Amino acid sequence: MAKWMSVAQVKEKIIEDSAEEVTARYLEVIGKSKVNGYTKVSEKALEHARRIDSEGHDGPLAGVPIAIKDNISVVGLPNSCGSKILEGYVPPFNAHVIEKLLSAGAVILGKTNMDEFAMGSSTETSYFGPTANPWDLERVPGGSSGGSAAVVAAGEAPFALGSDTGGSVRCPAAFCGVVGLKPTYGAVSRYGVVAYANSLEQVGPLANNVADIAILMDVIAGYDGRDSTSIDSKIEYQKALVDDVKGLKIGVPKEFFGEGIHPDVEKAVWNAIHKYESLGATWEEVSMPNIKYALASYYIIAMSEASSNLARFDGTRYGFRESGENWHAMVSKTRAEGFGTEVKRRILLGTYALSAGYHDKYYLKALKVRTLVKQDFDKALAKVDLLMAPTMPNPAFKIGEKIEDPLTLYLSDVNTCPINLAGVPSVSVPCGLTDGLPIGLQIMGKPFDEPTVLRAAYTFEQNTDYHTKRPPEVA
Amino acid sequence: MVYENPDGIRIGLEIHVQLNKLKTKMFCGCSSDYHNAAPNTHTCPICLGLPGTLPVLNKKAVEAAIKVGLALEGEIAEETQFHRKNYFYPDLPKGFQVTQYDFPIVGKGKVVIEGEDGEHVVGITRAHMEEDPGKLVHIGSIEKSKGVLIDYNRSGMPLIETVTEPDMRSPKEARRFLDKFRNILEYLDVFDGNLEGAMRVDANVSVHWGTRVEVKNISSHKGVERALLYEIMRQKNVIRRGGKITLETRHFDEGRGVTISMRTKEEAEDYRYFREPDLMPMRVTDWIPAIRETLPELPDAKRARFIEQYGITDMHAKALTSKIMLADFHESICAQGVDPKIAATWTADVLLGELNYRDLVIGADVQGYAIICYNQKNPDIVRHIRVNDMVELVTFFAEGKISDRAAVEVIRSILDSKEEKTPLQIIEERGLLKAESDLVTMAVEETIAENEAAVQDYLGGAEKSLNFLVGQVMKKTKGTADAKTARELILKELKG
Repeated sequence: MAKWMSVAQVKEKIIEDSAEEVTARYLEVIGKSKVNGYTKVSEKALEHARRIDSEGHDGPLAGVPIAIKDNISVVGLPNSCGSKILEGYVPPFNAHVIEKLLSAGAVILGKTNMDEFAMGSSTETSYFGPTANPWDLERVPGGSSGGSAAVVAAGEAPFALGSDTGGSVRCPAAFCGVVGLKPTYGAVSRYGVVAYANSLEQVGPLANNVADIAILMDVIAGYDGRDSTSIDSKIEYQKALVDDVKGLKIGVPKEFFGEGIHPDVEKAVWNAIHKYESLGATWEEVSMPNIKYALASYYIIAMSEASSNLARFDGTRYGFRESGENWHAMVSKTRAEGFGTEVKRRILLGTYALSAGYHDKYYLKALKVRTLVKQDFDKALAKVDLLMAPTMPNPAFKIGEKIEDPLTLYLSDVNTCPINLAGVPSVSVPCGLTDGLPIGLQIMGKPFDEPTVLRAAYTFEQNTDYHTKRPPEVA
Repeated sequence: MVYENPDGIRIGLEIHVQLNKLKTKMFCGCSSDYHNAAPNTHTCPICLGLPGTLPVLNKKAVEAAIKVGLALEGEIAEETQFHRKNYFYPDLPKGFQVTQYDFPIVGKGKVVIEGEDGEHVVGITRAHMEEDPGKLVHIGSIEKSKGVLIDYNRSGMPLIETVTEPDMRSPKEARRFLDKFRNILEYLDVFDGNLEGAMRVDANVSVHWGTRVEVKNISSHKGVERALLYEIMRQKNVIRRGGKITLETRHFDEGRGVTISMRTKEEAEDYRYFREPDLMPMRVTDWIPAIRETLPELPDAKRARFIEQYGITDMHAKALTSKIMLADFHESICAQGVDPKIAATWTADVLLGELNYRDLVIGADVQGYAIICYNQKNPDIVRHIRVNDMVELVTFFAEGKISDRAAVEVIRSILDSKEEKTPLQIIEERGLLKAESDLVTMAVEETIAENEAAVQDYLGGAEKSLNFLVGQVMKKTKGTADAKTARELILKELKG
């Protein structure tokens, strides 16, 4: 069995052999993992696959294994969010996307590593230790869905689910050389996904190719009454897989090619844009003047929401608890001990930004900037069909290189977080290598125009071979 | 007469009312009927705030809030949204309460009460929706408790918080406002005030037009009046001694009847409000006409109609409309053709008085058939008071067949026994019908009064005149009286 298979190939293999055999093979690869991508491998995966073999299943993903980020609730598996504070917590309910996957017949291989509570771009802040980039084990896989990207890149799962608050699907997709989609806000239900910043995040798929992204979106997207921000777009994602970009208008926002961009990244992205041109698309430069404020706005909003979202982890009802002489002491000690440094930093900053006297100066101002950023996207996307830019300004950095310098680390989200402020869809696809490290091309579209975004990504893939490159170290 | 408000008292209220008749909670599908349930049996991942859960707004709660807003003559917001109020407390499973902040569903409104000097308008500042936290249960007393248990059955119950202007000028007016407010809510059928924790009040009070003090979490109308009386006295004493009133929050100790300082303004918590990102802003303008249609006749209107239609006194009308179920009960009785004034007296004066005396409250009704009362201290004691029984009783009384003492006895008997007997059964069993002897006595009295000549003759020694008088009594009683008894009664009366 090949190590890297598309979903279509996996399905063939299941017919040829069995779901059990396919799952067993993935579990074997996971057993020899060099990347520390999983926080928990499911003990029930084989049994589940066996049941699908014996009982049969006519779902679109019958027997197909998948990896799930550790902030998405799965009954019977821990949902630790890469944090000590959720030690021992096993959700009694499935996330909406998990219900959808299970009814489609997918087999859950396990939970994947992440930055604690999705706060990070390197998967180094996890309580379970850092995940390695399969392309260079000394480097980070990106984050926060670093585990999901790394296991897909390492052939430890055909595809995976992540979540993207400010780039957490696209950044690791770019660093690990896989495809990752941040859907339009509202396209996928967030029910059962532990919130970091509710108004920004979406569940998103990671896979080795664009077709598999579409297959997964057809399963997980759609209206869910349990998420009041959910919208029924009725999009049929696989129908978008058309190899044709003729007449497509591409905008290239120069603000995404700012200071500090790696020359090879810039070159690879321009090569991609010229490739589109050669396939019949046109491009023009566009200006999005407020993008330079996006990062600051993003961090204030995300941290503010997070400071409130994470208040529930108080040791009272579930998870880790440190004892204290009274309730308040218990809560203080539990949170001091249970949260990592980065999480505490963001809770403190978010609390500060929402406090009386600072609320208007920071939080309210950030909301205003958010509106301006959104207007920049609206204006730009009124002129062109898609925007293209580098996903990450640089390739994957070394583990430990930036972790002591949070500000530098925050700056790596500069090209991804504006998308979350605007709520538009964006996909990262591999578009080259520099010194053996993958580069990601980011394709952004209008709200609920995933079909055009995916068509462009698919066309690029059909006419290039970047997505077929595999990390040599884990081959 | 204009009330001078000599002490410059200003009272404003913040009233939390549980919308406990909506069947489900505010943001999840859990049943809201938890009041007699074991702890933590009416919970789900959402109202327990488990990670990853999201709120879904109960549309009925919004409709109820609009209904309340319309009844308070409040402005209904065109666009309304929810905010998070952030604070840590063990009964708060998410570490924040979902509430409304700068876009409340109801804006300025008013309630007219009977004030110190006649009709008095109390302004409503706003009313907003929010969720109830869980409930702490102390093992033993608060001071000596070895531990605290948390019951999340209440968590996520829909609440409406109504804030008034500081328009009340005495504790009595505050109490009258609360009675009126509760009355209105019960009419709207969104609220059952008899349930524990259904209404909680915070009162802001100041004297001499000065700095206000907040007294928090008072659970009864009587408690509000007591807390305010105490707090006004305390503030006046402080000022008399040359002290200053400071902006602070105090707690009312129901047992001791005093208020105790909880925290001053400097220690006030910063709740870091921000818009709840998991709930979308709502536009409810389109809902209003349909909801307005469902508004019932409100207490003031009903009271005026009762006076007009039934010719009853304002006091009776007020008592009868104090509860919508009682008002319906009265109308059902009158519909059967009894004298409305007599019916009003028996229902408003006697029945209500006897219910109060027994701690019985009206908990439910079967319209046109009966009201169902239960004992507040012992809910197992349940009494049905049927319309037909009241009609029967009032008719007996109106026709002079029973005395008013007997009628009171019938009502007491109905309330004191769980055997459901009709007034007729009780009257017969106890022999309450104005007995023959009563009738004979009446006839004797009348005969003596009407036949002065015969009486004088008899007293003058004409024995025959006595036979005449007995004959007159026999005639009056249509021969039903016993002649011997009549004779004895006449003699008794004449020798008096």
